[in-house]
Amino acid sequence: MKALGVIHPNSDRSGEMKMESNNVREIIQQNIRKKNHFSDKLMPKIFLFMALISVVTTFGIVYTLIFDSIKFFSQVPISEVFSTKLSPLSKNPSFGFLPLLNGTFFTTIIAMLVAVPIGMGAAIYLSQFASEQIRKILKPVLEVLAGIPTIVYGFFAYSFVTPLLMKLIPSLGAKNVLSPGIVMGIMIIPMVASLSEDAMNAVPEIMKEGAMGLGSTKLETTTKVIIPASISGIVASVVLAISRAIGETMIVTIASGSAKNFTFDITQSMQTMTAYIVEFTSGDAGSGTVGYYSLYAVGLILFIFTLIINLIAQYIARKYREEY
Amino acid sequence: MRNLNGNKSKFVYQVKGLNLWYGDKQVLKDINMKVLENEITAIIGPSGCGKSTFVKTLNRMTDNIPIVRTEGEILYNSQDIFNSEMKVEELRTKVGMVFQKPNPFPKSIFENVVYGPKIHGIKSKKTLMEIAEQSLRGAALWEEVKDRLSDNAYGLSGGQQQRLCIARTMAVSPEVILMDEPTASLDPVATMKIEELMEDLKKEYTIIIVTHNMQQAARISDKTAFFLSGELIEFDKTNKVFGNPADKRTEDYITGRFG
Amino acid sequence: MNKDGNEGFILKEDVKLMNEKMTRPEKEQVTFNKDRIAWRIGLNNFAKHLFFLSTVFAIVVLGILLYQIVVGSIGWLDWQFLTNNLSIFPEKAGIKGAIMGTLFLMMIVIPITLIIGVATAIYLEEYATEGRIQRIIKVNISNLASVPSVIFGLLGLTVFSRMLNLGPSILAGGLTMSLLVLPIVVVASQEALRSVPGFLREASYGMGADKWTTIWRVVLPISIPGIITGAILSISRAIGETAPLVVLGVPTLIMKIPTGIMDDFTVMPIQIYYWTLDTVLTPEYAYLASATIVVLLVTLFILNSVAIIIRNKFQKKF
Repeated sequence: MKALGVIHPNSDRSGEMKMESNNVREIIQQNIRKKNHFSDKLMPKIFLFMALISVVTTFGIVYTLIFDSIKFFSQVPISEVFSTKLSPLSKNPSFGFLPLLNGTFFTTIIAMLVAVPIGMGAAIYLSQFASEQIRKILKPVLEVLAGIPTIVYGFFAYSFVTPLLMKLIPSLGAKNVLSPGIVMGIMIIPMVASLSEDAMNAVPEIMKEGAMGLGSTKLETTTKVIIPASISGIVASVVLAISRAIGETMIVTIASGSAKNFTFDITQSMQTMTAYIVEFTSGDAGSGTVGYYSLYAVGLILFIFTLIINLIAQYIARKYREEY
Repeated sequence: MRNLNGNKSKFVYQVKGLNLWYGDKQVLKDINMKVLENEITAIIGPSGCGKSTFVKTLNRMTDNIPIVRTEGEILYNSQDIFNSEMKVEELRTKVGMVFQKPNPFPKSIFENVVYGPKIHGIKSKKTLMEIAEQSLRGAALWEEVKDRLSDNAYGLSGGQQQRLCIARTMAVSPEVILMDEPTASLDPVATMKIEELMEDLKKEYTIIIVTHNMQQAARISDKTAFFLSGELIEFDKTNKVFGNPADKRTEDYITGRFG
Repeated sequence: MNKDGNEGFILKEDVKLMNEKMTRPEKEQVTFNKDRIAWRIGLNNFAKHLFFLSTVFAIVVLGILLYQIVVGSIGWLDWQFLTNNLSIFPEKAGIKGAIMGTLFLMMIVIPITLIIGVATAIYLEEYATEGRIQRIIKVNISNLASVPSVIFGLLGLTVFSRMLNLGPSILAGGLTMSLLVLPIVVVASQEALRSVPGFLREASYGMGADKWTTIWRVVLPISIPGIITGAILSISRAIGETAPLVVLGVPTLIMKIPTGIMDDFTVMPIQIYYWTLDTVLTPEYAYLASATIVVLLVTLFILNSVAIIIRNKFQKKF
């Protein structure tokens, strides 16, 4: 059997080539023996070192927050934090944090009231009703919303939404909670829509076909089969959206202002925890003052809130993954 | 030792009491085998009998799987590959491997062939070019690709890609070439080309080929080993194994009663 | 057998009788079902339109937002706007400083996130064994991804600005931003590395290559498009972020154009912020803010388009 292109063993060239190949073989094996393989031991360590930077960052965050919070709490009694009087820069400064928690709470609630129904509606439409072509067009457009910087939403809230709302609600303050709440909600819609849609798409086709085969309409299939089956994924997406809303800064800083009242009136200005931090660092609080340390205390509370909420979301999401 | 031509030759591999576990499951049981140089040894057996795993231990590719545990000796040219000073990289340049599905890198044909020499320190362009030509000729691919060495390897057909992988293996001048079902994913024409190639290759290399295609084993190999459930049932000259098998299980497999 | 004793034949009359017997009760059932089915279908269609409107609502708002901003920028967005420095006269004000600041900032963020992010991904995908260290790193990455950006600002303020005495410089801002967007690069790089099939690594090992050689010569070259996509996504995020830099202490008004990484600086989002805050006093600032937003959005659009093109053209599928 003659193979194609192989040098016949009797031709001269093969002798030459055999010599060269022995040469190559020797060189290669010498090189391998000489190589000290320190790269094999060093490289993993280098990469591990780099990877640990993320861990160091977390420690850094926790450390700075706790360290300066301690300085705050050493000068301000814990009971004061629970009061409703917040006037950090006055002659007799008072550090009640309830107005901030209040502001964060209301902006978040309003945002959720906008984002969850509309986001769910979009998720249901895209995953259950829309044709493949429509989905291919609408979904990316929705994602664009998610990519817009929050400062742009802040500008939009203050310059367009607030004046518009003021026409509808004459008593609305120029800085209020309603406008940023609504705009935050709009910003969060893609997040709720996308995560809920993923959860609904993960429901096995068989379940859907079972319901359709019995004559259910798409609506009935969705409400009676798909949503119950994907509920933990949906709830996880809502929880993550809450976390996002709590941590949002620029929209509320611009449109909600810095009034430190403890009120339930959403037509008035309120300050959120995030806006408080921004206000103070862009202002004149010298380092070392109690006011300065109050930032870290608020930051710590904010961090703990978002951490707990994210852990809840992860727990719920893990439960949902187990089901399939 | 004398090989089939009556010339003096050595044992390239001596496997003594090889046992291998995947975690708790024992996949190879007390394998004893001696492989002569410049012969084609075929390893046959039904799916799951351990033949692929066996071949992978010969160049210590099983090292990469964390749950694997081995016991026993594998002597390559009288050196225990597990315990000697020989580094695993060195072993793998002496014992090359061709895989079931052709796996060229997404690089040019030239870069694919010279990958081995390059990473082992050969830098001279002239030398690399010579190695490339020699290897591609040896793999019966040179005529087809000599004008497009800088083309991407993925443009080649399946059979050509597999010959490229063979050329790649030859570029580091091994002594042994292990082949794990090399023609399983190829069409009959490509398969035939590679089988023809092997007949020439065995003049310079020792070839151990795993195949689930018994006809292939009967066509091309000098010796055949029959594996079943992790045990080496029979190992002898191919003519004997196929014509007059000593073990009933071998006979059953060969006549198609199972497998 | 029918009543006449004929086997096998069914008489037409009998069939008619059977049909009448069957349809009469069935007719009632059908009427009942017809109404209910119509109602269910009607409800379904109503809901479908409602959900469609939800989907479209957000897009419509987006359209309004873009329209408002573009309209607001007309007349104010010109070449001079891009090349002028800030000025007390709104007509003369430009964002040259902000653009330079953004560019300088990215010059710090890009190398840092790429090096640390890709290295972290390589560790997680190629070197790490199942164990506590790997899990801790993974948990940390995903936690960092959900920490509010203001808190990164506080971190930057304490550690980079004050402890390391870098002040509100480009370097401090760059380091802070790098940590903020690090998870994005890590996750994208991980996916890119994972997409390299095992049989290619096997081929490399089979020729006697060690792990790092295999990563460097086989895995990384194939992963590059995915890594670049991740880098672009992280830059997009960093360009638009405002809060961490404000907390860091980036000042309101910077007249000097930055020339080095220790300089004070401003960026486009912060410029937008400060102009927006003062629109009550100076209404023209709203136009300046709009114009800056247009520049910002166009930049982001270009970046993301490049990312999509790279992904579609260069991503290898196996």
